[in-house]
Amino acid sequence: MGIMDGTEQATFRLEPGRDGQATLTLTGRLDRDSTASLWRQSTDRLRELRPKRLIVQVGAVEYCDAAGISLLMEYKRILEQNEGQIEIRDLQPQFQQLMALFEIDHQVLPPKSLGPVANAVHNLGRWAADLFSDFTAQVSFTGEICAKLLKTVLHPGRLRRQDTFLMAEKAGVNAMGITALLGFLIGLILAFQSAAAMQNFGAEIFVADLVAIALFRELGPLITALVLASRSGSAFAAELGTMKVNEEIDALVTMGLDPVQFLVLPRLIAAVCMLPLLTMFNLLFGLIGCGVVMTTWDIPISTYIERISAAATLGDIFGGLAKTFVFGTLIAGIGCLRGLQTGTGPSAVGDSATRAVVSGIIAIVVADGVFAVIYYFLGI
Amino acid sequence: MTGEPIIQVKNLTAGYGSTVILKGINFDVRAGEILTILGGSGSGKSTLLKNMIGLTKPLSGSVLIEGVDVVTAEGQERLDVLRKIGVAYQSGALFGSMTILSNIALVLEEFTDLPREAIEVIAQMKLKAVGLQAAAYKMPAELSGGMRKRAAIARALSLDPKILFLDEPSAGLDPITSAQLDELVLELSQSLGITFVIVTHELASIFAVADRAIMVDRESKTIIADGRPKDLRDKSEHPMVRQFFSRRLEKGNA
Repeated sequence: MGIMDGTEQATFRLEPGRDGQATLTLTGRLDRDSTASLWRQSTDRLRELRPKRLIVQVGAVEYCDAAGISLLMEYKRILEQNEGQIEIRDLQPQFQQLMALFEIDHQVLPPKSLGPVANAVHNLGRWAADLFSDFTAQVSFTGEICAKLLKTVLHPGRLRRQDTFLMAEKAGVNAMGITALLGFLIGLILAFQSAAAMQNFGAEIFVADLVAIALFRELGPLITALVLASRSGSAFAAELGTMKVNEEIDALVTMGLDPVQFLVLPRLIAAVCMLPLLTMFNLLFGLIGCGVVMTTWDIPISTYIERISAAATLGDIFGGLAKTFVFGTLIAGIGCLRGLQTGTGPSAVGDSATRAVVSGIIAIVVADGVFAVIYYFLGI
Repeated sequence: MTGEPIIQVKNLTAGYGSTVILKGINFDVRAGEILTILGGSGSGKSTLLKNMIGLTKPLSGSVLIEGVDVVTAEGQERLDVLRKIGVAYQSGALFGSMTILSNIALVLEEFTDLPREAIEVIAQMKLKAVGLQAAAYKMPAELSGGMRKRAAIARALSLDPKILFLDEPSAGLDPITSAQLDELVLELSQSLGITFVIVTHELASIFAVADRAIMVDRESKTIIADGRPKDLRDKSEHPMVRQFFSRRLEKGNA
């Protein structure tokens, strides 16, 4: 008794014979669609039957493409697994050519992955090794930058001034809008949120103290640095990364131009010069935002200004601004380093940009913590 | 090679914006033919190819693939046309985040109901046909230039197209790899009856594989030669064509 099944376009019939022999007859069109419908049924039945010898009759196949050939390959594989033999009969000559071109004698298996435990150990080891090599890279990069910065200070003519100004424009001037907007909103929100607590004591006027000190000492520099890290740190990494991928960095090196001197220093100097200015801009708008809230409580502007100058000392302002020089160095340095570390492949540049922002933000926050400790001991 | 015309380019004017690169081009590609498109740098070979596969819209004129206009086809009709063609891009254009096998399996997964193991077998078969089966689980970045081009051809073959477009398949390859690629084209043409449209300027490759060559010219913006490569080399009246095939600069014509 035979089993027959299939679709309108293609059918198969599996007939068990004597001595573990079986005949499988395929008819119709073996294209992508019909093969897809035949595949499961026919291979399942074949696995159930486990013939020792299979004769595949394909004389009545009118059309066959790679999908059809793959079905024959699968039959062959199943028979081999069961240590059976297979014979493909009456394949039309044009399909024989196809078979010859596409026939595979074995399937290449995906590389074996380690077991879960071994994998975890492997990953841990790799992570530690990467962390260490990343650390050494950062140290040597910092040293290189310092040495070249010193050289540039001694010979200012060697700095590419035009590039530096261009970078300052991109990183600084073009970021003014967003910095101002963020400053204004933060001042506004901070004043509004702290008002709720202050109003309980009828001490609205002290919102000015709170906002001014918070902005000057922490929020202003931090938020502006985050803006720079996400706007320009990523841009630096992407620019240098693209140059690396395009072998432009190699071209600079073979021309005898030092990539650090040529590309990194202009960006670094631009970022370090622009960040304090941006921060001041941010602070100004933060105070304006706070002032807007204060005026809605009928506190005169003059009182507000008086309050601020009484509350915040010059130490607060300069302590905050001093941090931005360090933040700027970190952002530009990390951005450029990540750019120069870019690997190969299409996602490399994107990865570098992401890493630049992530490590930039971490570095900013860590540095901010260090400053907090230093200022505490210095009594600023 | 006297098949039916499978591609008809009718009165095609192509360019970008207001720059016209090709003007009033007419030619047919017959089924089963290996056609090469030749021309100097900047003559519009790649533009012509991009217009033929519907990637850029021509300024005017039409391109018919088996009677369907690739320019105006939309929806299902457009998908049907696209399934008849395979394109191997100049730099391979393999998806860098996937293994070679997944690159080939992608369209099979998207457009067919074949079970996973069938897709895997088919993908490995295609790779075997281009001699790359061992690299199935490698990433594109791990392959050499020649291997990437062969992988791109395997990917173009994944839906069993009737027509295969190759953009400068042998550019940047060594002569041996380039010859292997020619061999592959001939093999695919003979066993699968695929029609090939190949943009190239490798002379050796042209003589090895092409049934017919057309040459586009930057100056006149039209086809200046159409015929068997040998005939073009030996009998062409056009000085540009003779120069191209003999690789010489003719005096007073540079």
